[in-house]
Amino acid sequence: MIEVRLFATLRKDRGKVMQLPASEFSDGVSILEHFAIPREEVAIFLINGFHSKPEDPVKDGDILAIFPPVGGG
Amino acid sequence: MTNLLHSSGCGGDGSKDLLRYSRNFSTITEEEFETLQNARVFVAGCGGLGGNLIMHLLRIGIGHVTAIDGDSFEPTNLNRQLLCTVDTLSHPKAETAEEYAAKVNPDVDFTAIRTLLDETNADVLIAGHDLVLDALDNIGSRRILAAACDRAGIPLIYGGICGWSAQVSVLPPGTAAARINQIYIPGTAISNKSCLSFTPAFCASIQTAEAVKLLLGKPSELNGNLLFADLLESEWELIPFFND
Repeated sequence: MIEVRLFATLRKDRGKVMQLPASEFSDGVSILEHFAIPREEVAIFLINGFHSKPEDPVKDGDILAIFPPVGGG
Repeated sequence: MTNLLHSSGCGGDGSKDLLRYSRNFSTITEEEFETLQNARVFVAGCGGLGGNLIMHLLRIGIGHVTAIDGDSFEPTNLNRQLLCTVDTLSHPKAETAEEYAAKVNPDVDFTAIRTLLDETNADVLIAGHDLVLDALDNIGSRRILAAACDRAGIPLIYGGICGWSAQVSVLPPGTAAARINQIYIPGTAISNKSCLSFTPAFCASIQTAEAVKLLLGKPSELNGNLLFADLLESEWELIPFFND
């Protein structure tokens, strides 16, 4: 399984922590598509705590943390 | 060293000037206060974050503050920007900041510059400062500011807000541009400009605390980590920068 943790506004209508079958997802992009998260709404994309990008591969046991942009001032 | 609160040179008006800082002491030492009085801090932006940052820097007694902003106040700023009132609508933000500084603490050497930060002026604007505080409102300008801080060897205290959320991190020289690129990976865009008044106040408070700690040489968990605070969920995530 792949654990996906969403933060702040990304949780709306999606949830906080979800488990996905690893066999159905090859990279972060496919997971974003699963949750219908637009690419521009992803600012921080962590795989097992490491700063990554959605194009990076994912595998069974990975934990993803996805944060939206917090860029106002 | 001189006892700032009780020295013979503090009679009359001088006593009044130092009394304004009396509640700072014991939390910080007189020696630390002198360090803050000699500090030169740059604030990039006089909006939601910037107004609160300026307020804190003035009241703490940072000796020299430069603040920039090229915009003027508009009605949409009233919900969260400290320096925006019905009286300052349509006034330049930088000019308003200068007027505010004179009212809050005229002892601070406060300089306001009415300009927007860009690639042509960033190096000149931040030169000579000990510390830069990010109060910008867009990703592009943040990348420019971070790169300029790296070139100048000046630490940057990053802050960003949106809705109920705030982010803060202390970015040492040489790491700022790379870490901003991790906070906003390529392709990220800001579409949500909604923000409640307590979010910039919260974020600016943490940024100022980090500024004081940095100026006084105190360690910080936010040096090397990004704080992601969600005020709606009362969640505080510390995200490390493992792979600069």
